[in-house]
Amino acid sequence: MIGALIRKPWLWAWIAALAVFAVTIAATAGASAPGLAKAAFTFAAFSVIVGLGQMFVITLGPGNIDLSIPATMTLAGTVALKLMATQPGMVLLGLAVALAIGVGVGILNYALIKALRIPPIIATLASSFLLQSAAIWTNRGLRIKPPESIADFTTGTVFGIPNMALVALGLTILAWVLLNLAAYGRRISAIGQNLPAARRAGLPVDGLRLGTYVLCATFAALCGFLLSCFSGGAALNMGAEYLLISIAVVVIGGSSVAGGNSNVPGIWGAALFLFLVVSMLNTYGFGAGPRLILTGVIIIAVILAASARGKAGTRG
Amino acid sequence: MRITADTIRLAVPIIALVALLCGVFWLQPRAMSYNGLNLLFNLAVPIALATLAQMFIIAVNDLDLSMGAFVGFVACVTATFLNDTPLLGALILLAAIAVYAVLGVVIHLRALPSIVVTLGMSFVWLGLAVLILPAPGGAAPPWIRSLMTVKPPLLPMAIVASLLIAFVAHLIIARSSLGVLIRGVGGNERSVARAGWSVVATRAAAYALAGFFGVLAGMALVGLTTSADANIALRYTLLSIAGVILGGGEFIGGRVSAIGAVIGALTLTLAGSFLSFLRLPSDFQIGAQGAILILVLALRLGLDAMERRTKGRR
Repeated sequence: MIGALIRKPWLWAWIAALAVFAVTIAATAGASAPGLAKAAFTFAAFSVIVGLGQMFVITLGPGNIDLSIPATMTLAGTVALKLMATQPGMVLLGLAVALAIGVGVGILNYALIKALRIPPIIATLASSFLLQSAAIWTNRGLRIKPPESIADFTTGTVFGIPNMALVALGLTILAWVLLNLAAYGRRISAIGQNLPAARRAGLPVDGLRLGTYVLCATFAALCGFLLSCFSGGAALNMGAEYLLISIAVVVIGGSSVAGGNSNVPGIWGAALFLFLVVSMLNTYGFGAGPRLILTGVIIIAVILAASARGKAGTRG
Repeated sequence: MRITADTIRLAVPIIALVALLCGVFWLQPRAMSYNGLNLLFNLAVPIALATLAQMFIIAVNDLDLSMGAFVGFVACVTATFLNDTPLLGALILLAAIAVYAVLGVVIHLRALPSIVVTLGMSFVWLGLAVLILPAPGGAAPPWIRSLMTVKPPLLPMAIVASLLIAFVAHLIIARSSLGVLIRGVGGNERSVARAGWSVVATRAAAYALAGFFGVLAGMALVGLTTSADANIALRYTLLSIAGVILGGGEFIGGRVSAIGAVIGALTLTLAGSFLSFLRLPSDFQIGAQGAILILVLALRLGLDAMERRTKGRR
């Protein structure tokens, strides 16, 4: 039982997160533990939502990365907030439009990949330029407040658990089922491990890849919607930091960056870990510079440690 | 001249650049002058250098997600240390190039995904830049400033510089034996190793060259802007990747072109300013770069298909 647990790739992210948590609350002699845990789960939730989408894309194999996540988040957030125009009755419509933007972006991304036969990185990069422009154009520098009901929901808690964490948990369970229990997960893993073999085996490769890019963009759009409601308005740069975070949580979480071998629980561990590192350094009075440097060093250290574990792996 | 596949690949970005230039000249004939051209392409010089840096990484089948942060870091060092204490500044920049070479070695020896390592490095470079310059400031060393604003006869500095760096990078990647090795590692790592060459040394050299051109990009940028900021070049990461691909490069297989990369960078820069000549709001500038990217790749797809048809006939 314990042996099986130690071999789980996601364990390390959780151990690291717990260790950082312990070091941080040690600084305040335990007084800040509940508050810190609540903040960590709230902010990690957003990283988890985009990370889940990115994980499915990365599972598809080498070269599959969605660079349009930040632009999708921003576009979905700005359009939805503008549409809702602070009216409580429009929340569901705003959410629906945000999700529809996600679906549209996913289809656009895969259409570019397929029609132009270009690598996904460059296709999602090109579409992210287009989306960014669209977001700037709709936003026009205005900062529209979200309707109060959804703003309260995103910042609220149930029995002390942040609502955002519950939403992310729900999506995590959905993603876990999709990846581990549904045929879909087996199939995209097969594609990631060996695309020609998956094709020979008769898998509907194009449909599965299209579905994955749509899924990823939809998660990003939902995250953009929630984040803009949570932070009291959409900002044009609000997605920027999530480009690197979405990739980092997947990799730190123990999924293979070469694709074909992903896991869901690690994403939570990695997202909590990344947030806690920042708050630990804040607690100990470090400035922005050392904080960034340490974040980078940790990412590299994690990937080095992971490579030591799986030395047999081939070059991705 | 025999028309090869590589010529066709290079032709597409050239056609795009010429078409954009014609559009600009038609909309604003005054741009067709020494000063006009200089203004149009001024900011393209650091982008072209960063694109060349990215090209060396892509040539060995890797990808550098830290290019923008690195150029920003170099810009901060240039505007502070290199200006105040030139010797220390030069040492820091040399050390940064050495770090790039070490990255190449580590990535190779441990078979790490370059995307993740450079992702981590982007945080490190950004953090170092923030440490050096917490707020925008610093000053460009006078010699860099005068180098970037020099007015050569006949052609403006931006054009001369672009031609020069394209030529030098072309010599390195296409004509030197090191360049052949670098592209060989991208094309078939194993055969390079079997032929008795050190793949790890080649990858380290490719990364060091990338670091070198990244340093040049940061210095050129400060020469133009006269001061620096940690976030000054963050968008260079994506622009440099787009420029390489636009110029006919491929992510795998060691297929890259230095001249194409510079033309790709110029095209992306011009795509942004083209809109202001159309009197369209600047909101669409980034979108125009995306649209150009998609258009050029679509054009290339068409030409590739033609190429394959002619091959089939033979």
